[in-house]
Amino acid sequence: MSNNLEKTISDDSLQSLLSQAVDYAKTKGADAIEVAASNDKGYSVTARLGEVETVEHHNQRSMAVTVYRGQAKGSASTNIVSPEAINRAVDSALDIAKFTAEDECAGIAESDLMAFDYPELNLEHPWEIETDQALEKAIICEQAARDDTRIVNSEGASVSSITTQLTYANSHGFIGEYRGTRHSVSCSVIAGDDNGMQRDYWYTLDRNAKNLQNVEEVGAIARERTVRRLSSQGMKTCSVPILFEPPLARSLIGHLFSAISGSALYRQASFLLDSKGKKILPEWITIKELPHMLGALGSVPFDNEGVRTQERNIVENGVLQGYILGSYSARKLGMQTTANAGGVHNIQMTHSDLTQQELIKNMGKGLLVTELIGHGVNTVTGDYSRGAAGFWVENGEIQHPVHEITIAGNLADMFQSISAVGNDTDTRGNVQCGSILIDNMTIAGSS
Amino acid sequence: MEILDIARSQLLSPTGLSDEDINKALSAALGGSIDAADMYFQSVTRESWSLDDGIVKDASFNLQHGVGVRAMSGDKTGFAYSDDIAMSALLESSQAARSIAKSSGANDMQAWKVQSGHSLYTPDNPLSVLSENQKMDLLRQADATARAADPRIKQVMVSLLGSHEVVLIARSDGTLAADVRPLVRFNVSVIAEQNGRREQGSMGGGGRYNYSEFIASDSADEFAREAVRQAIVNLDAKEAPAGNMVIVLGPGWPGVLLHEAIGHGLEGDFNRKGTSAFSGRIGERVASPGVTVVDDGTIANRRGSLNIDDEGTPTKCTTLIEDGILKGYMQDRMNGKLSNTKSTGNGRRESYAHQTMPRMTNTYMLAGQHDPEEILASVDKGFYAVNFGGGQVDITSGKFVFSASEAYMVEKGKITYPVKGATLIGDGPDVLTRVGMIGNDLKLDAGVGTCGKEGQSVPVGVGQPTLRIDGITVGGTQA
Repeated sequence: MSNNLEKTISDDSLQSLLSQAVDYAKTKGADAIEVAASNDKGYSVTARLGEVETVEHHNQRSMAVTVYRGQAKGSASTNIVSPEAINRAVDSALDIAKFTAEDECAGIAESDLMAFDYPELNLEHPWEIETDQALEKAIICEQAARDDTRIVNSEGASVSSITTQLTYANSHGFIGEYRGTRHSVSCSVIAGDDNGMQRDYWYTLDRNAKNLQNVEEVGAIARERTVRRLSSQGMKTCSVPILFEPPLARSLIGHLFSAISGSALYRQASFLLDSKGKKILPEWITIKELPHMLGALGSVPFDNEGVRTQERNIVENGVLQGYILGSYSARKLGMQTTANAGGVHNIQMTHSDLTQQELIKNMGKGLLVTELIGHGVNTVTGDYSRGAAGFWVENGEIQHPVHEITIAGNLADMFQSISAVGNDTDTRGNVQCGSILIDNMTIAGSS
Repeated sequence: MEILDIARSQLLSPTGLSDEDINKALSAALGGSIDAADMYFQSVTRESWSLDDGIVKDASFNLQHGVGVRAMSGDKTGFAYSDDIAMSALLESSQAARSIAKSSGANDMQAWKVQSGHSLYTPDNPLSVLSENQKMDLLRQADATARAADPRIKQVMVSLLGSHEVVLIARSDGTLAADVRPLVRFNVSVIAEQNGRREQGSMGGGGRYNYSEFIASDSADEFAREAVRQAIVNLDAKEAPAGNMVIVLGPGWPGVLLHEAIGHGLEGDFNRKGTSAFSGRIGERVASPGVTVVDDGTIANRRGSLNIDDEGTPTKCTTLIEDGILKGYMQDRMNGKLSNTKSTGNGRRESYAHQTMPRMTNTYMLAGQHDPEEILASVDKGFYAVNFGGGQVDITSGKFVFSASEAYMVEKGKITYPVKGATLIGDGPDVLTRVGMIGNDLKLDAGVGTCGKEGQSVPVGVGQPTLRIDGITVGGTQA
């Protein structure tokens, strides 16, 4: 609880605030400490049916501290960024550490791994426009999306611009800070006919507004994706190849990463347990992590524990090279952290020269999946069953849209039976990949 | 009013804010075409304790507070927030929110009048009722019971979560309302292993009370045994079938069906905009006769319940579907007004830093006439699911899913063997017209539901009796 004597700290002096917190914790009995502060600042505006609908101003701050009394850990966090509040958080964390058990794997990351000379990655590119201009862009985007008589309604178009600052310090004397921007334009519209309504969307996202897709183009793509879903029909249950569109292909790679993440592995809660050194994908697939790509969405100069990030191949020629670990899970597994406390950073993978059209042609008969809903993914067993919508393909061509189906299989088999990756790489994220074609999965339908 | 006093002392007194100050700050959000404005002050303390590998290795404490200001003009909203509950920040946020409407001119604030809500839970802080050692004992007891229940249990993860929230709402129509909300949750998850095969089981519960309820109800043992039972059943589960079939859903948490199939589709914002598959259908048949579904925020101590919603409106029991006919939508103030009706007390937000929108509270189907055994016995060949993970819906196309985590095949009225969890998919406006039999065993879930909408999470409840549905697609692998 703040009082009128506390002054909150500006973003510029966070480094000294955090290093003061580290000192304070040591005087109160902490053997090790790490503390992080973050701040998201910016706005988002939405226009709907040609007019402004919402203007939101964002300014979200937070601070989190973890302390260790020997091998016993305590954590605390708050959104109040002031010396008094952070010291109170340190006190709370130290109180907790009086009770928690000693854990031989507990502790901050090793000091020789600290990113003392972390690189500047050019992640901050302010977008010099006011909310009024952002609204204009949203209106133009939506206008393009509604330019078809089959578009009967709209969820609106949004433009947002956020600057994030992250500051981290620990008792190895490491202090690091970086800022980054994320700008986006998105649009969602609704088409209708006698068979009902369908909605879809499109968006563009980049750290630099110069690289954003043109707003009219975003609207046009949202429109086309929506209209092509009209008169969607059910299907008969069958087993066929499935082609995952790039944003959905990304989710498959995400499931792979969940299964090789330290927290799942040390709990033996993964279908890819003990897979290091084993072939888990076709031998033509290599998956790289590139944390230092300048200006890229997933780039970080150091991970959430201050550990130096570096390039590596997570999968090479189909063989799993290593896991996704922070220092704790690494120790539980008898390994070293892979600088992935907080997740992976910029993933790219092998792809063919084939376009999505060509993949569809090669597939011959099967399903092009363009939407997945539900959380039916079991990381322990690899069992996969999700609701889907997409397009039925026959004779190498899209025949008609389909809906109210599920696709099911097991991820271990699905990964081994990837037969192609398209060149239509989706760059709007931390994981960048093209369409993924999987040999065979079961489609369940209502007909 | 006691609750309002607690809220004032927690939220306003530390920076010396008076009711007049709030009046002044809120006035700065009014003017021109702004027809309403509100301020939402919030302070929350949270803690979590977790046990893993047999030891309580992690616990954390979180404190946050702030104020959000909205200025509304027709269907437009300007929104700003601050983690600093002080006059300068309030004025700044009001001015930022006010910029949604260009026209100038002042509007008057109304005089303050206090709105009281229900008394569905006590304002006491649930975090301080047990000592740290007692909290850890709860975790350790669950761990011991789970491991002792079956030698195949290899991993046990137990967690205890609690929060204490104080909110104060000030509206430009003069309404002043407050609430103090406890919330606790206890969860046990296990992994069983047999011949190299690993499967999970999980059981949890909670509500708006305090941790001592878990001791009084023997929750540690009950949840541990139930989580183990599920994991062991899953060790023998065969591949699930794929295709359209008759299903029977167990009572309680399988009510996620309603939350996804019709709940979101009946939220007032989607229907006001005409984007829901249920838009414009009030008065039409959307379910079989006998199907009555309500959204009820007034049940004592439930996770999804609230004394007042996040706009200060007392919650209600809103009839959504009655005897199969669509009766109404869930509204917040803005959408209610734009739809020529009133708020149903469903205006909710994740925090002061998020905007309000229509959200569910406790959504459930009323009991019917049939014995659950009779319902199961009526199935010649079908799929019986008693536990679920979560679900999701596209409210425009109406397609929804929910994923079974414990299910069985049924043949000639009897359970034959367990099958792996599969995702079920259906069409919202259609699925409830296929309800063939409704059980007399209405149950609400144990208090574990979290609903996500547009990036905001709020705690909710679901429930239903045993149901037979004549045709839904089961997403297994056995075609």
